[in-house]
Amino acid sequence: MTELGLTPSQTVGPYLSIGLPWPDGPEVVAPGTPGAVRLAGTVFDGTGAVVPDALIETWQADPAGAFGPETGFRGFGRCPTDDAGDWAILTLKPGIVPDRGGRPQAPHIDVSVLARGLLHRVVTRIYFADEAEANAADPVLATVPEHRRSTLVAVAAPGGYRFDIRLQGDHETVFFAI
Amino acid sequence: MRSYRRDDGTTHPPLLSPGYRSTVLRAPREQFVLLPHTLTEVTGPLLGEGRVSAEDSDLTLAPGGEAQGQRIIVHGQVRDADGRPIPHTLVEVWQANAAGRYQHRWDQHDAPLDPYFTGVGRCLTDSDGNYRFVTVKPGAYPWGNHPNAWRPAHIHFSLLGRAFTQRLVTQMYFPDDPLFAYDPIFNSIRDEKARQRLVSTFDLSATVDSWALGFRFDIVLAGLDGTPTEEPHDD
Repeated sequence: MTELGLTPSQTVGPYLSIGLPWPDGPEVVAPGTPGAVRLAGTVFDGTGAVVPDALIETWQADPAGAFGPETGFRGFGRCPTDDAGDWAILTLKPGIVPDRGGRPQAPHIDVSVLARGLLHRVVTRIYFADEAEANAADPVLATVPEHRRSTLVAVAAPGGYRFDIRLQGDHETVFFAI
Repeated sequence: MRSYRRDDGTTHPPLLSPGYRSTVLRAPREQFVLLPHTLTEVTGPLLGEGRVSAEDSDLTLAPGGEAQGQRIIVHGQVRDADGRPIPHTLVEVWQANAAGRYQHRWDQHDAPLDPYFTGVGRCLTDSDGNYRFVTVKPGAYPWGNHPNAWRPAHIHFSLLGRAFTQRLVTQMYFPDDPLFAYDPIFNSIRDEKARQRLVSTFDLSATVDSWALGFRFDIVLAGLDGTPTEEPHDD
């Protein structure tokens, strides 16, 4: 079969909030769902200034490590940053998902960051600070330079976890080629 | 388990493209880490059913009136790189109005707002991956990137595809725009052939007599890796 040329990416631009936010975008689960955690953070640029025109999207397994409509779990979150560069979603902590070789991966959430000034989404992963043992054995984290791994780990915060994203500069978040 | 073919580096623009000034402080500088395509990456949100109504694909109609401008039909097919149609996938669009003004508090361009045009649309592709919007042709507009900078007319497109790896946000342009040569966002795509894939074509067959001009914009998302897998894909 002839391979078709991919459609190139372009930036979402500054006006992404016209088209992309959904009223229930940040609610991967409905408020009041047992076990729901708030996952929140701030997006920063290379000077440490907040990024008020970004969109965070999350994709994850359910607490049993399963994906798909049949689980009844949406798995997808979408939240634009506000004027303070802050975003937040309400979700359930994901379960264990195997890697391609069947080894367990630590609980993780895939993240796309889209913003004015980003010509293509950048991809990162959220791990959890209270999963130290699983994180230490995670096959993907193992490929990340050790001194940078902490940028991928969400820390305890009221009601859940905090995960800041630094696009550039000191403590730049680890981004993945996908 | 299936995996998706990675871009060979010639399609998507480099994140650091200094001609587009906003990239300078936002493009990551550290080396990216290769992410294997595990279950998390080869699955994705199959959303849209229940989120989209038929009226959402017509941007020209608003309560109480009709948008000003050149009415157009924008349609096309969403496929993967192997030519497989991507059915029932969410397509989201947003754009400036016919005067080149966005309905957004940050857009202060001295051009009229249109009370009957919000500039947002969404639809699902059909079982063959086809989508269709009715809208008005967006105007070009000035921006602060450099002196006398103008964006060519464009419509923003967002696609979820079938897997996290296929996520794409892009911009569709119109044929023969004189602003192409001056636009650092369009030209951030280094490969001329790849760049031209963002330019829609005039489509007489989609044009409706005495009503609207038709434009075609086909979209290609990442394809499956060709290597045999231990498990057939179910798409």
